[in-house]
Amino acid sequence: MVEWSDQERSIITSIFASLDYEDIGPKALSRCLIVYPWTQRYFGGFGNLYNAEAIKTNPMIAAHGIKVLHGLDRAVKNMDNIKATYAELSVMHSEKLHIDPDNFKLLADCLTIVIAAKMGTAFTADIQAAFQKFLSVVVNALGRQYH
Amino acid sequence: MTSLTAKDKAVVKDFWGRISAKGEDVGRDALSRMVVVYPQTKTYFAHWKDVSPNSPNVRKHGVTVMNGVADAVGKIDDLKGGLLSLSELHAFTLRVDPANFKILSHCILVVMSIMFPNDFTPEVHVAFDKFLASLALALAEKYR
Repeated sequence: MVEWSDQERSIITSIFASLDYEDIGPKALSRCLIVYPWTQRYFGGFGNLYNAEAIKTNPMIAAHGIKVLHGLDRAVKNMDNIKATYAELSVMHSEKLHIDPDNFKLLADCLTIVIAAKMGTAFTADIQAAFQKFLSVVVNALGRQYH
Repeated sequence: MTSLTAKDKAVVKDFWGRISAKGEDVGRDALSRMVVVYPQTKTYFAHWKDVSPNSPNVRKHGVTVMNGVADAVGKIDDLKGGLLSLSELHAFTLRVDPANFKILSHCILVVMSIMFPNDFTPEVHVAFDKFLASLALALAEKYR
């Protein structure tokens, strides 16, 4: 089981309490699709993804970014049991969405960079460490049920 | 992985031109961050008594590394040739596991995002990420 210090817990809940999902979600997902273009393979039905500008202004991508970001809420509320919390979601990502789990880390890295831009110098090394630890547990849990 | 297009190089040079005055700050913060976020990287600095993020050795080394990055921007048309001696240093003397190049690259990108949130657009991000990956490849050239 993952051990969380009190400081780590409060860092994570604080970040998500003040998170602007409507701003960060679209930015994180569109950045992922631009920086790692092969991830576009999962968005065939999402309309125009021809260039960075199109991706950044695509409303379907924006909506999906918000949805994915809210997907993290359950992990924030169940930090002591993220693995079990995401078992079903993991099966879905494997069986229904067929997403290569290596891609979860790519989105996680983009989310880190977008949050860093938003928080500026408040995104200290300790906060980055806690946030990345949280994301790596989530990424791990989402890949757990693949077979 | 892909090689750098003319556009990638132009974007990297342009962005670097705008931020190079703060290059040392970027280096210091990136390396300090790295030893906190990725504690395993401290194993390469066991010869320093103080490996904390505020240690003068760590911060100075961040500047050294970033000067290497600055140098690489100037040699962007031939990273392998231009970084030959640095590659030999990393291969035979330092023997840093190449997985760590990715780790430090990520920390550099995070710091750039913090310090230049408006300039570090997704377009700049992808070009600079590609550049750092090419740099890492050139550094690992002499490993085996």
